[in-house]
Formats: sequence, structure tokens, C-alpha cells
Amino acid sequence: MFAYLVRRLFLMLVTLFGISVVIFFLLRIVPGNIVDILFAAAGYVDPADKANLEKELGIDRPLIVQYWHWISGFLRGDFGYSYVSEKPALQEILPRIPITARLAGLALLFSASIGIPLGVISAVKQGTRLDYALRVVSLSGLSLPSFWLGLLILTASVAMFGQMPIFNPNPATWLEAFATYAVPAAAVGFRSAALTMRITRSSMLEVLRQDYIRTARAKGASEVAVNYHHALKNAILPVITVIGIEAAFLIGGLIVTETVFNIPGVARFLVEAIRWRDYPIVQNLVMFIAVVVVFANFTVDMLYAVFDPRIRYTD
Amino acid sequence: MRSVRALAATAALSLLAFSTIAFAGAPKQGGILRMYHRDSPGNASIHEGATYSLNVPFMPVFNNLVIYKQDEAQNRMDNIIPDLAESWAWVNDNKTLTFKLRQGVKWHDGKPFTSADVKCTFEMLMGKSQQKFRQNPRKTWYEQVNDISTNGDFEVSFNLKRPQPSLLALLASGYTPVYPCHVSPGDMRTHPIGTGPFKFVEFKANESIKLTRNTDYWRKGRPYLDGIEFTIIPNRSTAILAFVAGKFDMTFPTEVSIPLLKDVKSQAPNAVCVVEPNNVATNIIVNSSAPPFDNIDIRRAMALALDRKAFISIMFEGQGDVGGTLLPPPNGLWGMPKEMLETIPGYGPDVKANREEAKKLMQKAGYGPDKHLAVKVSTRNIPIYRDPAVILIDQLKSIYIDGELDVVETANWFPKVARKDYMIGLNLTGNAVDDPDQSFYENYSCGSERNYTNYCNKEIEKLFDVQSQETDIAKRKKLVWDIDKKLQEDVARPIIFHARTGTCWQPYVKGVTVMSNSSYNGYRYEDVWMDK
Repeated sequence: MFAYLVRRLFLMLVTLFGISVVIFFLLRIVPGNIVDILFAAAGYVDPADKANLEKELGIDRPLIVQYWHWISGFLRGDFGYSYVSEKPALQEILPRIPITARLAGLALLFSASIGIPLGVISAVKQGTRLDYALRVVSLSGLSLPSFWLGLLILTASVAMFGQMPIFNPNPATWLEAFATYAVPAAAVGFRSAALTMRITRSSMLEVLRQDYIRTARAKGASEVAVNYHHALKNAILPVITVIGIEAAFLIGGLIVTETVFNIPGVARFLVEAIRWRDYPIVQNLVMFIAVVVVFANFTVDMLYAVFDPRIRYTD
Repeated sequence: MRSVRALAATAALSLLAFSTIAFAGAPKQGGILRMYHRDSPGNASIHEGATYSLNVPFMPVFNNLVIYKQDEAQNRMDNIIPDLAESWAWVNDNKTLTFKLRQGVKWHDGKPFTSADVKCTFEMLMGKSQQKFRQNPRKTWYEQVNDISTNGDFEVSFNLKRPQPSLLALLASGYTPVYPCHVSPGDMRTHPIGTGPFKFVEFKANESIKLTRNTDYWRKGRPYLDGIEFTIIPNRSTAILAFVAGKFDMTFPTEVSIPLLKDVKSQAPNAVCVVEPNNVATNIIVNSSAPPFDNIDIRRAMALALDRKAFISIMFEGQGDVGGTLLPPPNGLWGMPKEMLETIPGYGPDVKANREEAKKLMQKAGYGPDKHLAVKVSTRNIPIYRDPAVILIDQLKSIYIDGELDVVETANWFPKVARKDYMIGLNLTGNAVDDPDQSFYENYSCGSERNYTNYCNKEIEKLFDVQSQETDIAKRKKLVWDIDKKLQEDVARPIIFHARTGTCWQPYVKGVTVMSNSSYNGYRYEDVWMDK
């Protein structure tokens, strides 16, 4: 087990190194840099001013020197300064992380708490009207883009209640606090819940046909015990895998949801930083996300062993 | 007796009515004006930017030497009023502009304002000081200024190479605040210090900008508001919905398009909305240094093919203006009259006849029904650029030109234009000041950084200088019209239309004036108040 852990940790480091190289060079391949954008916005170019600014920001140096400067700083905890706001990158990134983390956590919670029970119900009631209705709901969840769903929610809120749930950094009531996160989390988590539901349903259907389920029923176990204790426990493995993958994909959904609901989280900030070619922000933020995703995958792998006694990580 | 009673009753009623009006109309102190902002400005330094995304939130932090009267929609020479200057005078054959400065004014950090601040601000803009701006997009505005001299702490003079009456107009723009000498340009980008009615509190990129009332403002009794808060909402649909839901007191100025205006009025019927020209001209940039547009006939044919009214009808439901380089009257001060405009090829009302003429020119150049000219129409990947480009491509089809849309990301647009890597481009040109000097020198002068097409006509260049020095407004207007006509005939940068856009606010917001011939100069907000 210990050797497996060491091997996994080493592989994680190699993966993160690879990601750092890819992020750094991909950003440089994209045409234009911050200086181009600043001058494009001003509609003029003074070559001397441009050269001064490139020198000041250090983007005139050889790429390998720039990479070393960034990665060595990253390892030392020095994340540099944002090219745009001229504030320390960490100061810009840190306050936004809890906002996105709350949103992502709630979206995942929504996804699991809605998707798993509905998936079980759909499987247990296979072929009934309820099953068809739930399958339609799950299909709509997979088909609706989250930005469109978000706009739909906002428009309906304004039309029906004259109010709209956009971000409020200092909510006065619990209802406002709830609306601040819950509504956008539901908008972004809907797709994920639909996917979870479909995976749970198909996995449950497979398990429910197993001999041991029939045995459990023959023993006189209640339907709830059969479905949730015996069947779900064995059907949950692919669901965990999907939720793990969804956690990584969630960032894509959060970008549009944060934009539509005007939530100042890291996902929207990342898009803005890419638009400005704000390298220190993009590089550090993507690395942070990469670290989270790599560790999330690692955790999911570890969870397999917890949920499925057949899995053992041996040396 | 009866008549006396009637008279007394009338007098009492009149008094009551007057006092009611006066009471309702008297500005009230207090309240935070909540407005959404369309995007996150790169920094907080007006001098280092070239977008009104900077002027709107940061103009209230500063004062100029002079300023356009904030409660009049049209910017004119005769409504320029003193700001940090108490008075001004042209001396030395109109080659020196001297300002007497206001005394007792303090910067927001408590330091006193003096003539040294004016001198160092403008020397920095002219590129003559030790401290440098990271970017200085309006350096060319001060090309005729030789030097700045001070006489004591409260008098400053701009010494010019030749008379330039429009300098005063440039100094009155929202783009021309006075900066403090003791604060570095770098600090001004992150924490601006001014003398204006509102103090800077914080700027959270992509999130919000907050200003608070300057209780020590030199203009007593102003501002009325306790502060202004801008929430940055780049998504226009979300922003408009939030305004309709009452989350904001005002939309971002000139940011409500004509189709969106209808939505606002239907969902928030009490909202006050105005539509004004924003002095932004949509135009075509033509690469005349390479075939096929090095051929003047093809350029002229293209200009003749334009159906300007169709653009305005499709994009603005008829609410736009046809004009030359300068914004047409009545909102514009210097635009050609309609009769003169219609004598320019392509501006005549008979589009069909114009296009027949264009076809003949195309045939002369070797193109026709069997041999179309294939061109790429490059433009920025933003709706206000992309939409007219699509209409342009459609219109060019009528004269044997097959256009292909080439959308370019903002970061690459200007480098692409600068290296002449385009055939024709759809471009927008905003004018900070409704004055020919700003427009002519910036966009059509030989060697100007913003003369994207490299149009260079030495004869016209001489005329630029002649009109620039002319102090008689009627004479100058005539000169300007002739120049503008010539620029359109040369197809230097064909102007398609001048846009109009909307601004809305809730009915309790008072004292807002939206400028009608520039979208850069009317955001001091010291006279704005809220009746609630």
C-alpha cells in the first residue's frame, strides 16, 4: 500500500510538472500578450513605450528564463503580480477561491443529492410513467446549456417576483444568502445531477438483476434495505467515478454560471485573465485547479477501496 | 370685496403651487448611486486609457482646469466653465493660454493643489517629465504646446507654437483631469487621488468600484450623493435584468442598445430613458497600399455601394445619423449640412443609381457579373463591429464584390491593422471631443499612430493647420466642411453611420444629463441626487 502511495504521489508530481509546461507554453502560443492588448485598447502603438512595458513586465526575456522564474517562484510560494491590477497574484486569487469552492461544493451536493435518489427511483420503477418522466428530466438536464438555464431563471425571477438572485457579497437575510449560492449552484448542478441520475439508474438496473439481490429479497429484506443497502452500495462505484470527473468538468460550467449570475469567483476571473493574457494569474490559477483535480482523482481512487472491499492497493 | 378674496385665494394657491414645485425640485443630500459597469477597466488611471469604461467611474474623482457644463447635453465652446481654474485668457496673439487657479483646493490625501500639479500633469502628457505614463494615448493632443510655465502657485500658462483655439475644448474633456505631482503614475493606476467630488475607495477587478463623498470638496454643498458604487457585470442581459429588478439606480451610460431599450421600457415603464448620439462613427478602413484597393475606382465603387439608411434601419431601428467624419447637426457642431453631404458620391438618396455608377467603376477595373472580386472583411469579434460588417458584406455583393467575414480577437486586431494585414476592415472611431482638431489630426494626419489606413494628403494636411488656427467659428466651420467633403471623396475612411444609444435611470434619480455629442465628458455626477 505504502509503495503504491509513493508511486501515485510521484506520478502526480510528474503530471503537475507536465501541466505546468503545457500551461506556460500554450499561453505563449496564443497570439498577443498583455502589452498588445493594452495598446489595442488604446488604439495606438508607440514602439518605445511598448518595449519599455515588455521589459518592465519581463515578457521580453527568453521563454525558458520566464518559465524558470515562474515555476521557481511558484514552488517558493511567490506567485508574482497581476499584470492588470498590479496587485500580488495571490491577493487577487485567494478571496475568490472560497466563493467558487462554495458554489462548486453546493453544485456537487445538488448533483449527488438529486441525481442518486432519482436514479435509484427510476431504476426501481423501470418502465413506469414515473421512470419515463424522470428520464425526460434527466435528458433535459443534459441538453440545456447552463448559461441558458441561468438566464431563464433570472428572467423568470424578474418577471414573476420582480427580484433577481444575483451575487450579494453581504447578504442581509438567510434567504438572500441562500439565493446567492443555491440558485446558481442548482443551475450549474442540474446537468451534473442529470448525468449522475442516468449513471445511477443504469448501474442500479444491472445490480438489481444480480442473484444476491434476489437472495436478499427471499430472505425477507425490505425494499428500502434491498435498494439502498444491498443494490446501491454495489452500484455506487461508477457513480463516484462520474462525480469525480464532473468535479473537474464543473469549472467549465462555473465559468458561464458565474458570468450569468455575476458571481466574482475564480472561474470568471480566469476567463478575464486569459482575455488580458495576465500570465501570472492564469498560470497560477490553472496550476491550482490542476492540483485540485489531481488530488480529487487520487481521493476518488482511494475511495474505491472504501466502498468496494474487493479492491485492495497492494505493493 | 369678492375680487379681493379671489385675488388672495389665487395668490395663496400660486404660493402653494410654487412651494410644492420648489420643495419637490430641491435636491436632497444622501444616498448611494448604484450603477452597473459594462466591463472591468484595466486600471484606474484616465490618462493611461482610451475607453470611457475608465471615464465613467473615475471622472468623479478628479477635476479638470475647465470642464463642459455638466447639465447641458451639447458640448460647445461657449459652455466650457471654470473647474480648477477660476478664469482663463488668451494672450500673446492667441499663442498663450493663461489660467488663474482656484485657491484652497486640497487633494483627497490632504495635500494642497497648486500650479505645480498642472505643470507636471501636462508635462507628463507631453512626454517631457522624468515620470512617465505606462501608456500615453493622447500625447498628440498637446503637439502645439511648446511648454507650460507657472507664475506663483496659482497661475499657469500653456505656451503654444501657434494659435490653437481648440486646446480649451481638449482641456474640458473627461480625458483631461489634473493629476497630483506627489503621486506616481503607478499609484494612480491602482489608487487614484484627485480633487473631485468623490474619493476613490476601492477597485476590485471584475467585481466592483466604490467611490465615497468628498466632504472637503471645494464646491460647497456638492456632491449630493454619499457615494457611487459600480458593480461590474459584463453580461448585458444580466445587467439589464438587474436594472429592471431595481438592483441598480442607473444603467451604464450609453450602453443600452435600441432593441434593448424596448425591453427596458416594457418591463420597467417608469424608468427614464434617453437616446443620444455617442459620437462614435462606424467606418471602413481600406488598405489602399495593396491591390485591389490601391485602385481609387474600386474604393469609390465601394463607397457608392453603401446604403447607409439600411445600416441604421437594421441596427438601430432608424435611430442613427448619416454624416461625414464629424458628427452631423443638430447634435454635432461641425458636421456638414445635409445639402452638402448629399453632393458627395454615395451619400445621394438614390441608392440604386449610386450602385449603377459603382458597377460601371467595377467594370472599368475589370470586374463584372462573371468575374467577382473576392475580399476579406476583417473586424473585431465584438457584436458592434461584427454586425455592421455582415451588412457591409451583403451590400458589397450588389457591385460584384464577394466579401468573406474575418473576425479577429481584440488582442490581435490592432497589430493586424498596424502591419496592414487586411484588405478592408470594419472599424469604430470614437471622438472624445466634438472638435475637428481631435478628429482630423488623430485619424487622417500623415504619420499619426491612429491613422490606420496611412492616408496622407499634404494639401489636406495644410488645411488641417489652417482650420486649427482659425478663431472665427463661422469661417472655421466652412473650412472644416470642405476638408470633410474632400476626405469622403478620397475614400480615406468611408463613414457608414453615427450611432445612437440609450441610457436609463430610475425615476427617483435626478440631475443626470447625457451628453449628446460625446460619450467621454459627462460623468462628474456632482449634481446628481436621489429623490427617495
